[in-house]
Amino acid sequence: MRNTSLTQSVLEGNRLALSRLLTQVENESSDGRAALAELFPHTGRAHLIGVTGAPGTGKSSLVNQLTLYYRKQQDKRVAIIAVDPSSPFTGGAVLGDRVRMRDLSGDNGVFIRSMASRGSVGGLAQTTAALVQVFDAAGYEIIIIETVGAGQGEVEIARLAHTTLVVEAPGLGDDIQAIKAGILEIADVLVINKADRPGVENTERALRSTLELAHPTKRVFRHHGQAMSIDAPEPDSKIWIPPIHKTIATDGTGIAELADSIARHAAHIRQNGDWAVRDRARLGSELEAVLQSELMKRFFDRVQKEKYEAVMEQVIQRNLSPYEAVNQLLNGNPNQEK
Amino acid sequence: MAEKKIRVLVAKPGLDGHDRGAKVVARALRDAGMEVIYTGLRQTPEMIAEAALQEDVDVVGLSILSGAHMALAPRILELLKANGQEDVRVFIGGIIPDEDMPRLKEMGIAGIYGPGASTEDIIRQIREAINK
Ligand code: B12
Ligand SMILES: Nc1nc2c(ncn2[C@@H]2O[C@H](COP(=O)(O)OP(=O)(O)O)[C@@H](O)[C@H]2O)c(=O)[nH]1
Ligand SMILES: [Mg+2]
Repeated sequence: MRNTSLTQSVLEGNRLALSRLLTQVENESSDGRAALAELFPHTGRAHLIGVTGAPGTGKSSLVNQLTLYYRKQQDKRVAIIAVDPSSPFTGGAVLGDRVRMRDLSGDNGVFIRSMASRGSVGGLAQTTAALVQVFDAAGYEIIIIETVGAGQGEVEIARLAHTTLVVEAPGLGDDIQAIKAGILEIADVLVINKADRPGVENTERALRSTLELAHPTKRVFRHHGQAMSIDAPEPDSKIWIPPIHKTIATDGTGIAELADSIARHAAHIRQNGDWAVRDRARLGSELEAVLQSELMKRFFDRVQKEKYEAVMEQVIQRNLSPYEAVNQLLNGNPNQEK
Repeated sequence: MAEKKIRVLVAKPGLDGHDRGAKVVARALRDAGMEVIYTGLRQTPEMIAEAALQEDVDVVGLSILSGAHMALAPRILELLKANGQEDVRVFIGGIIPDEDMPRLKEMGIAGIYGPGASTEDIIRQIREAINK
């Protein structure tokens, strides 16, 4: 009952209620889960924008500028989820993204929430998607998610967001390394931030050549002699070629153009059906993740600890392979999944 | 259910640039397993209260070495209360003259620390205040 009134307050725009609910959801409490279920019908309206890229490239500063733009030019309500890593040793974290977002204070149309990754490795926390749902239900039209930015393997953000920005910066020492990391394949829009720094041309050249490898279709277009520039795809083209934007996040240079590309990307995927495909994929993987953890929990609730450990010992002794072990555990427990 | 993490906002109100203490404390709290939101320099009381609200913190830690604590602390307490966060514990560190301590405690400041304060004491007293 108490929680029903909490979700009600969230829907009515109470910020303290929203903040407390975010905590419950982040802690995966049963109240949090119940609230998510109540809020779920109100979700599915927001444009989810992911921002990833190596630490120090200026992600937080860009989020700050983009949000200012959405507030001033479009009067949209913006929620920001900024994820930073938890220490694997102590479980603690220092979450410092707000330092770059001070321009956003004093505006009730903005809500910034810092999140520790809490042991997740894909650049987001386990419950980031759930927090997104809460903000979505609370009526935030734009939700920006800043990832940890550890570099490699941050593909989860592409699964969560409608539009993913990959941020690079010149002179970070090893452009090639960052660009090689496969992260380009998840980019819907590429940003070379710190365009005031030397080396922008090199970074841009490296990005363009990697991009051509990632999007070989572009060459086909060239063979047909179409004058199609990589950063200005034809509006009705079926293929989205990630545009490259140069920005200076400390003073706002290039932000309007970047916001424009983000909007064009959203329009593009709405039109070609990719928006719905991404929603399906996201909800599908959420469903799978919940199912997986629920099945694990049920299994561990039922299996005897001694039995589990005995089988595990067999695996360690190399007497059983993990597959055989699982087979034995599941079949030796006929009540399983009834 | 995941364990409940202690969330702490470490903020530097006022106009001075002494941020070593705030950073030392932020790191020590992280190493004690807490989630520390660090806001950086030159925060107004309004900015601090807003961040505390959005981050749903258990503790607000203020680092003040400018001498302005008697103006800043009551204002921040007042704003937290106005936002419905009177249950948030507020700690202060920095340069706080002895004669100001009773007044600050009276206002509801949960702990006061000066130069050389041990981070172990700080961590223990934050934990105690939360579990009360
Ligand atoms: C280093 C220092 C500087 C450095 C600061 C570098 C930096 N980025 O931090 C520099 C050289 C820049 C500097 C400049 C100035 N300083 Co100075 N500085 C100091 C000094 C010597 C040490 C401060 C320090 O870093 N200590 C190390 C840290 C780890 O200790 P701490 O901050 O005290 O933190 C501990 C506790 O207080 C507590 N704590 C602190 N914060 C928090 C927060 C929480 C939540 C908790 C729980 C605990 C906690 O725990 C920490 C760990 O033990 C002090 C004198 C002193 N002994 O404190 C003067 C001092 C603070 N400075 C002072 C002054 C006046 C200045 C200047 C105005 C001088 C001038 N006229 O230009 C300028 C101001 C510059 C500016 N922009 O604001 C005065 C302040 C006087 C006052 N408040 O009445 C002091 C006290 C010197 C003095 N005796 O006069 N300073
Ligand atoms: N010169 C320059 N510095 C920038 C720019 N954008 C961000 N920075 C600085 O780069 C540092 C890291 O920025 P931050 O936004 O925290 O990066 P993040 O770690 O990717 O979130 C900060 O000191 C910023 O002030 C830019 O466009 N030009
Ligand atoms: Mg950041």
